Amino acid sequence: MTVKTLTIDDKLVSAREQDTILDVARESGIPIPTLCHLDGVKDVGACRLCLVEIASGSPDRPNRLQPACVTKVVEGMVVYTATERLKKYRRMIVELLFSERNHICSVCVANGHCELQDIAITVGMDHVRYEYVSPLCEVDITHGLFGVDQNRCILCTRCVRVCDEIEGAHTWDVAGRGIGARVITDLHQSWGEARSCTSCGKCVLACPTGAIFRQGATVAEMDRDRSRLSVLMTAREKREWIG
Amino acid sequence: MTQRIMIDPVTRIEGHAKISIHLDDAGQVEDVRFHVTEFRGFERFCEGRPLWEMPGITARICGICPVSHLLASAKAGDQILAVMVPPAADTLRRLMNLGQIIQSHALSFFHLSAPDFVLGMESEPAKRNIFGLIAEDPAFARSGIRLRQFGQEIIEMLGGQRIHPAWATPGGVRSSLQKSDLEQIREHLPEVRATAINAIGHFKRMLEQYREESQIFGNFSTLFLGLVGPDGAWEHYDGRLRFVDSAGNCIAERLDPADYKKFVGEAVESWSYLKFPYYRPMGYPDGIYRVGPLARLNVCSYIGTPLADKELREFRSLGHGAVSSSFFYHYARIIEILAAIEKIEAMLDDPNLMSSRLRASAGINRLEGVGVSEAPRGTLFHHYHVDEHGLIKKVNLVIATGQNNLAMNRTVAQIARHYIRGTDISEGMLNRIEAGIRAFDPCLSCSTHAVGMMPLHVELIGPGGEVLDEVQR
Ligand code: SF4
Ligand code: FES
Repeated sequence: MTVKTLTIDDKLVSAREQDTILDVARESGIPIPTLCHLDGVKDVGACRLCLVEIASGSPDRPNRLQPACVTKVVEGMVVYTATERLKKYRRMIVELLFSERNHICSVCVANGHCELQDIAITVGMDHVRYEYVSPLCEVDITHGLFGVDQNRCILCTRCVRVCDEIEGAHTWDVAGRGIGARVITDLHQSWGEARSCTSCGKCVLACPTGAIFRQGATVAEMDRDRSRLSVLMTAREKREWIG
Repeated sequence: MTQRIMIDPVTRIEGHAKISIHLDDAGQVEDVRFHVTEFRGFERFCEGRPLWEMPGITARICGICPVSHLLASAKAGDQILAVMVPPAADTLRRLMNLGQIIQSHALSFFHLSAPDFVLGMESEPAKRNIFGLIAEDPAFARSGIRLRQFGQEIIEMLGGQRIHPAWATPGGVRSSLQKSDLEQIREHLPEVRATAINAIGHFKRMLEQYREESQIFGNFSTLFLGLVGPDGAWEHYDGRLRFVDSAGNCIAERLDPADYKKFVGEAVESWSYLKFPYYRPMGYPDGIYRVGPLARLNVCSYIGTPLADKELREFRSLGHGAVSSSFFYHYARIIEILAAIEKIEAMLDDPNLMSSRLRASAGINRLEGVGVSEAPRGTLFHHYHVDEHGLIKKVNLVIATGQNNLAMNRTVAQIARHYIRGTDISEGMLNRIEAGIRAFDPCLSCSTHAVGMMPLHVELIGPGGEVLDEVQR
C-alpha cells in the first residue's frame, strides 16, 4: 500500500492510496460538513456540501472545487476546507435545500435530531435568500410501521443505498429528474404495497431528516440511534459474523 | 347617510382585529362589528398530515394557550385510535390543563386587567399597565407574577424545558413528573392559594366602584356552554356538555361532545373571517351563547373544592339564575384560579401520578374523532377526519374566542351606545371598549401581548367619507 502525503488547511497529512479527501480530513480531525455521506455505504456526491478547494498550483488558474467524499487523494495535493468562498457556497447549498421542499422544523418529527437542521446551524444560515418553491408533496403512511414525507426529503439517497447495499432489498429508488425527483418504493407503488420491503427499518435509521419516520412519532420524537446502523456496517465490513 | 367609526388595533402578528362602529343619521350607534383573527388557514394546512403530528401542529395556533389545542387534539386522536388513555396520562393531562388555566388567567387578571381596576379606567394610558401596577401596589403585582409562574412551571415540568409542543399525543402523554417536581408544586401551594384568595377579596372590594361597568359591559342574556362532570361538577378536561340560559335553567345537558354539530351551528358573515357559532335549536343569531370562565361557573352545579365552592355561592348571588354581565368574566377567572389550585392540591397524592404507563398505542380504528377540552377562554373542539392510514382529510376547529364572537360584538355595541356622544372619540370610550373586549380575554395578540394597552387606531368618518376625527395611540 502506497502512502500519499498532502496538505489540508496548511497541515501536512498522510493518507492511504484509496482514501478520499473526506477520509483523511476526518482522520486528521479536520471537520468537513456532509449530508449525503453515510459511513458504510458508497458515496455518490449528491449534496455537494463537502466541497473543498484544491489548489491549482498557478495564480492564473482558479482553485478547483471538488466534493471531498468522492475525490481521491493525490500525492502533493493542497486542499483548503474552510475558505470564505467555500463557506459562501455551503450556505447557499443549504439555503437551496430548504427552499426546494417544505421544511417546517417547529412541527417536524425530527426537530432537534435532524442533520439538515444541524448543518444549517453550522453554516450559519439565518434566513433563506431564495424564493421557496413550496411544492405539493405527498406523505405516504401506507406502510404499517413507517412513513415517508416527501416534504422533508433532500434526495441524499442514503435510504436507497442502505436498502440496496446493506439489506439487499433495493426497495428504494429515485424517480424523475431535477426538481421533480422523488424517492420511490418499488416501481412507484405505495410503500404499503412494495413487496420487496422487508420492514427492516434501515432507511429510517439512515434518513438525515424527518422524511422517513416511525409511525406514531410526533414532533421532535424521531431521535434515531444511528450507532445501530454503524454497528451493523462495521460488522459487515469486518466480516465479524462469518466464522 | 351613515357614519362609520373605525377602531383598528395594529397587532404585531399576522391577522388582526378591527372594530367598526356604524352610526346612523342621528349619530346613534346602529351596528358594531368586531372582526377577529383568521384561523381557517390552519384547518387547511393540516390536511394531508399524519394524525400523530396534529397535537404539535395545532399547538402552534396560539402562542398563549398551546396546551388547550394540544389536549383537544390528542383527545381527538384518542378517539381515532379508539383507545382508553392510561389513568396516569389522564391525570397528567388534567394537571397540565390546570397549570394552563392558572397561568393564562393570571396573565389576564394581573397583567392585563388589574391595571384598569387598580389605577382606574381614566388613568393615563402610558401608566395603565403592569409596570404602573408594580409602582402602585408592588406586593399585589408581584404575587400575580409569581402565580403565573407557578402555572408555567407545571407546564414546563411536564412538557420539558423548551415547552414541548407535542407532549400529549394520541393515546396518552410522553413523559411523567419527577418526585422533586411534586415537592416543588407542594411547596408553592400555600403562597399561590393566598394570592388567589387575596385577588378575590380585592375584586370584591372594588365591585362598588364598577357598578356602571358591570351594568353595561356586555350585560345581556345569552346561553352559556361548558363541560361538566357526570354529576354536574365544574370540568375542564372531559365530561359532557351543558347549556344553561340566563335564568340559570339547564336547557340541554349530557350532550356528547362528539355530536357537537347537532347543537352548534356555525354561521358565516361576509365581513369576518371567523365563523359565528350559535346554539342550533334556537337559530342564528338568537342562539347566541358564551363560553369561558363566566360560562363554566354558570353551567356547573358545583366546583368540588371547599374554598372555590364558597366563592361560587357568593358569585352566583350577583345574578338571577346565571350571572350575565361579561364584566364578571374577571371575577369568574380568579375563582377558577382558586379552584385549579385546590384541584392540583388534591391531585398530588394520587399514586397514579408516578406510573410509567403513559401511552396506549394502536392503529387507525376509526375514521373520525372529536376532541374537546376547556381552554382558559372556553370550550374548544377539534374534529378530524382521517383516511384508513391516518392521514388527515378534514379538520374543523371550533375555538373559544370564536364562540364568544357574537357576545363580543354585542358587548362593544353596548359600550359604544353608552359612551359615544357626538362625533368625537373620547379617551374614556376607547378605554372602555378595550376593557370590554379584554373581559373576554380573547386570544388576540393585541389584547394580550401588548403591554398595558391595545394599539388603537380610531377613525371617525363623516357622511361623505371624510375623516372627522382620528385618534391613534
Ligand atoms: S428519504 Fe431521507 S434518506 Fe431518503 S433520500 Fe430523502 S432525505 Fe435522503
Ligand atoms: S457528502 Fe459529499 S457530496 Fe454529499
